[in-house]
Amino acid sequence: MSDVIVIGGGPAGLAGAIACAKSGLNVSVVDEFIKPGGRLLGQLHREPSGEWWNGIKESERLHQEARKLSVDIRCGVSVYNLEKENQLWNVYTNQGTLTAPFVLVATGAAEYPIPLPGWTLPGVMSIGAAQVMTNVHRVQVGKKGVIIGANILAFAILNELQLAGITVDRIVLPERNQISQTAGEPEEVMKSLLNAAHLAPSPFLRFGSRFMRRDWIRKVGLNFYPKNGVKINGTPLQLRKAAVEIIGKDHVEGVRLADIDANGTIIAGSETIYEADFVCIAGGLYPLAELTAIAGCPFQYIPELGGHVPHHSETMETPLKGLFVAGNITGIESGKIAMAQGTTAGLSIAKHAGKGAGTIDEQLQQALKNVRTVRRHAAIQFNPEIDSGRSRMNQLWEDLYATSIEQ
Amino acid sequence: MTRIIDHPILGKLDDREIITFQFDGNTYEAYENETIAAALLANGIRKLRAHEGSGTPRGIYCNIGHCMECRVTVNDQANVRACLTVVKKNMVVESGKQHPNIVKRLVEQQ
Ligand SMILES: Cc1cc2nc3c(=O)[nH]c(=O)nc-3n(C[C@H](O)[C@H](O)[C@H](O)COP(=O)(O)OP(=O)(O)OC[C@H]3O[C@@H](n4cnc5c(N)ncnc54)[C@H](O)[C@@H]3O)c2cc1C
Ligand code: FES
Repeated sequence: MSDVIVIGGGPAGLAGAIACAKSGLNVSVVDEFIKPGGRLLGQLHREPSGEWWNGIKESERLHQEARKLSVDIRCGVSVYNLEKENQLWNVYTNQGTLTAPFVLVATGAAEYPIPLPGWTLPGVMSIGAAQVMTNVHRVQVGKKGVIIGANILAFAILNELQLAGITVDRIVLPERNQISQTAGEPEEVMKSLLNAAHLAPSPFLRFGSRFMRRDWIRKVGLNFYPKNGVKINGTPLQLRKAAVEIIGKDHVEGVRLADIDANGTIIAGSETIYEADFVCIAGGLYPLAELTAIAGCPFQYIPELGGHVPHHSETMETPLKGLFVAGNITGIESGKIAMAQGTTAGLSIAKHAGKGAGTIDEQLQQALKNVRTVRRHAAIQFNPEIDSGRSRMNQLWEDLYATSIEQ
Repeated sequence: MTRIIDHPILGKLDDREIITFQFDGNTYEAYENETIAAALLANGIRKLRAHEGSGTPRGIYCNIGHCMECRVTVNDQANVRACLTVVKKNMVVESGKQHPNIVKRLVEQQ
């Protein structure tokens, strides 16, 4: 029997497994994907230093390190249930049940879908699907596509598609409705793009962000927003166009777009069909936390973290004894932060298991400090209010659990 | 669809073993260790199944195991996710089929 079962072999899970193993614990990692690395595998972007963040290389590095420490890594294994019995956690998988006193759930994030007419046609996929097909499987998703949804992940992946020689014809907004909400309102989208000023995908927005902090300037800015969009490395970002339907019989053949005003209201009679053979829907990310819910963990809705997250302390423990979490399941952030959180969770498990002889508190403090440092220097930040989201969860933990655990 | 053999940052990918497998009775080539979904797309196939009720075509959506849109039958096992399953030599893959809806047909006949 292992001491620790890690569910999810992404950056958080692998870093957690490494920290546990280094502290002398016996660790198994299960992951349903074909190889370890999680969503890190698909990531490819340039750091402010000019260096490339190559997710495949980073995943291989983590994988090798874990293997050297004799971590048992099993891919192609799906976990569908998690239950406590006689002080031990049972992890139910499609290949049998595993049991251990400690479990680290690091299942990452999933994408919010934005349904629209025609979205079930083959050739329509989430933006992350295109990233994985391009960078991990190395198969082009199409010849000419349209991205629906203008957010940081869409821009990162636009760049990756372009690097692989795939033409993205344009980025447009989803039609404003109850599901797309502010993602369908040009003014709100502009605001969120300007919030991440240093990451803004085009010189127009980087430049504009200094001026457009005030609401009225932003409105004027949107009125002057070029009708054909501003170009991001050749692809127009069209904040004043919305996708109303995806067209095709057996697969995607085009997208019907309409002009919209600054609030996202469709301008009658402005619809045009544009040819495309693939469509990517970029609806944003949310924590993939079902397994912790099944296990009985209480949740809190914190929009800054991406949605509903399991209650957890800064050192990654949940209110359920022996159950820990790390990475995007605790809130949407980039790969490096997931890794730093994984290390924290691993050390935290080691501490609870009585390992780390004397130095464990110090190591844990160091790991926590590292999470904050990495967060401060993150090249990609999905939510500008991430710090306040994290503080809310920490406060909640203090209020609900801190005293009872000290006893 | 075209494979991305030469990538400016990720490098070249030209040393992989080629295997063959079957999809709906036809034989296709795949690279070893790739998913069924990737191999089929590389062969220009996007449609993986027909919706059980309506019969409308479906392909991958999330490509990482979350949405269940890519379910196919593999060596007689139904509802296998094509995006998470590595294609193997001589594997027999069948697309998901529309189910007969007797009640609907009766209503239509009236
Ligand atoms: C599609 C997508 C694209 C992204 N692209 C970027 C990007 O370009 N840049 C960036 O900074 N961030 C990106 N992110 C954010 C990403 O979540 C983090 O960067 C980071 O990968 C999170 O690490 P993690 O270890 O928490 O989770 P992940 O990296 O998601 O790893 C989770 C692992 O758990 C496994 N898993 C999940 N459920 C189960 C189960 N029930 N049974 C077995 N295994 C399971 C998965 O297969 C996966 O390998 C992306 C996220 C998604 C969903
Ligand atoms: S495409 Fe979503 S599960 Fe396979």
